[in-house]
Amino acid sequence: MLDLTALATCFTSSSCLVMQTSTGVIIGMLLFLVASGVTLIFGVLHVVNFAHGAFYMIGAYTAYTAYGATGSYFAAVIVGTLTAALVGVLFERLAISRVYKENLLMQVLVCYAFVLICDDLVKIIWGSEYLAMGIPDEFRVPPLRLVGGVVPVFYVFLIATAALVAILSLVLIRYTRFGKIVQAAARNATMVSVLGIRVPIYFAALFGLGCGLAGMAGALAAPVRSMTPGMGLSVLIDSFIVTVIGGMGSIPGALLAALILGLTRSFGSIGFPLFVDGAMFMMMVAILVFRPQGLLGEKAVR
Amino acid sequence: MKTNLTAGMSRRTFIATSAGSAALLACPSILRAQNATIKVGMPTILSGRVAILGETASIGAKLAVDALNAAGGINGRQIELVIRDTKGKPDEAARITRELITTEGCQIILDGESSGGAFAVHEVVRDAETYCVHAISETSSLTADPANRAHWIFRAGRQGIHDAISGGLYASELAKTGATRWATCSPDYAYGRDTTAEFMEFLTMFAPEVQTVGETWPKLFQPDYTENITNIMNFAPDAVYTCIWGGDLVAFFDQASLYGLFDQFQTVAVNLGDLPVLAAIKNLPAGIHSGNRYHPDVPDTEANETWGENFEKGGKLPTNWGWQAYTGANFVIEALKATAGEVDRDKLAEATKGRTIDSPQGVDGTVTMRADDNTLIGYAIGYGKTISEEPYLTDFRPTPWDVIQEHEAEWKKRKNYA
Repeated sequence: MLDLTALATCFTSSSCLVMQTSTGVIIGMLLFLVASGVTLIFGVLHVVNFAHGAFYMIGAYTAYTAYGATGSYFAAVIVGTLTAALVGVLFERLAISRVYKENLLMQVLVCYAFVLICDDLVKIIWGSEYLAMGIPDEFRVPPLRLVGGVVPVFYVFLIATAALVAILSLVLIRYTRFGKIVQAAARNATMVSVLGIRVPIYFAALFGLGCGLAGMAGALAAPVRSMTPGMGLSVLIDSFIVTVIGGMGSIPGALLAALILGLTRSFGSIGFPLFVDGAMFMMMVAILVFRPQGLLGEKAVR
Repeated sequence: MKTNLTAGMSRRTFIATSAGSAALLACPSILRAQNATIKVGMPTILSGRVAILGETASIGAKLAVDALNAAGGINGRQIELVIRDTKGKPDEAARITRELITTEGCQIILDGESSGGAFAVHEVVRDAETYCVHAISETSSLTADPANRAHWIFRAGRQGIHDAISGGLYASELAKTGATRWATCSPDYAYGRDTTAEFMEFLTMFAPEVQTVGETWPKLFQPDYTENITNIMNFAPDAVYTCIWGGDLVAFFDQASLYGLFDQFQTVAVNLGDLPVLAAIKNLPAGIHSGNRYHPDVPDTEANETWGENFEKGGKLPTNWGWQAYTGANFVIEALKATAGEVDRDKLAEATKGRTIDSPQGVDGTVTMRADDNTLIGYAIGYGKTISEEPYLTDFRPTPWDVIQEHEAEWKKRKNYA
């Protein structure tokens, strides 16, 4: 179960080290990309978007259709992102905004209902068959070879995009007027609205942004992941692990957590292959017990 | 003291007479219903990630039942398929099967659930002593293990052990051309573990020079296979075996091709031969070995091709699940014909045991329900290679059934199943 010799051998081999580290970074950045939407929404609105997986799915499917219609991967990504954002805004206005102050269970129920409805709508519109976008021609090139390790060009692109998302979201929340208003409104909506700011619009915009990020992740990953109705579930759990470990609301925390998890999976698949998932969940438990605010989260204001 | 509104009759009498007359009036319609249709309950997966399983199984079953009903049914009685969605959850499958039997009045169950759910359905039909034909589950122990047997339960689909023997034989030919270092990458649950173990057992039996240089076990429905792919590359094998299936296989193929995996070694992807998978993978690499699942060229007969075309009229490409459900429905139909429509569990079981029926997917045009363990034999089974355009799979090498059964018998002895 524990193969320390294999792990040690890998650490001493430069090609294995490069390979596994790059694998870990790839997995981590993809995890972050998918989790960024949840982190953003919770960090500002203190709402857990359990329907996150559904927006990932919407982004993927609409990108698939757009790719089929235009032949352009980048157009497909934009379509996927915008569709998910739009649906997110509608969902927020019609459903989520009514349960902001409610019991968490209510929020979960509303989100779960939305997920089920989305799964069936997707099945009706696109069918139940497995769909795949296929790798766009721009990325159909041999992988890069660095110091004995192998890194596909497409993943380099995804890593760069994830890094950009991290930086831009951070800037948006901390340093722009929009970000400051939304954070203030989340703490005290009444006071902010008294200042003449239309709070519901800001909330809707932020929720839409989070859903747009989820949709963008789905669209970006579409070339290498197959699409089926209900595909959102597999990313939902991973997103929550990342968010909990990183600190609910901290984007740098989510990035750090995602990278740690990615490297755990990568090296773990050599050192403790049967226990990789277990290790990830144990980390989450340890954080919840010893540092409930997460690695970089802020302690709850009492 | 108040007088009753219904003068001359107390409320109790009124209710009693109404109930009595309603029952009396309903009697003829109950009798008529019993003469009208024979209900066959079919729990299957119609939603979620594997919705395509239930959708194609439904088309297959309906193909058989509609043909029978159009030809007059069983002595004038029509068969009614009652299809219900189990959502792929075993507890839901059990609940729905019980409902089909007790509430819907189905005395025959055509089980369209995959392995996990099939075992749940199995327990219900064993308890309720209801005649049942499993059409989808491929897990060998469902019929091979005597502890699971009941004389009124049958399996009308392929069995994992048959595929393992056939695959092992085919792969031993690859080993003879130099592929002696094998790695495996299969989903980490009962089907993945058992099927991979069975395949490697037979491969090493037929080609003792083969050694397993590494195994990696992704989770079922895992979206990201990156660490499994890099593991395989680290093992540096000559050949890779995988029984990943469905949408996961599509994702695995796309991700692996980013790393140029298929240029480096031979690949045996048992479940690649599924038409929905082949249709979804863009830029299918050539030279991948796969089992047949459903293929219009296996067997290469007009009956099979026509069957495939008729199936497509139902709106989906034919699948392994589709032909299995069609076969299961036909066994039910033939049993009902033999009992002249009498829905008696023991008579139906007797009529199914050992029966041979016509089948477009049978090696010689027929398939048989083997008498000693109530499971299907005689269906076309073989391995072939991919090409990058239709029909995507070619060079099929079928495995003869006498060879399969000989090794299966030995395997049963080893597992104390005999």
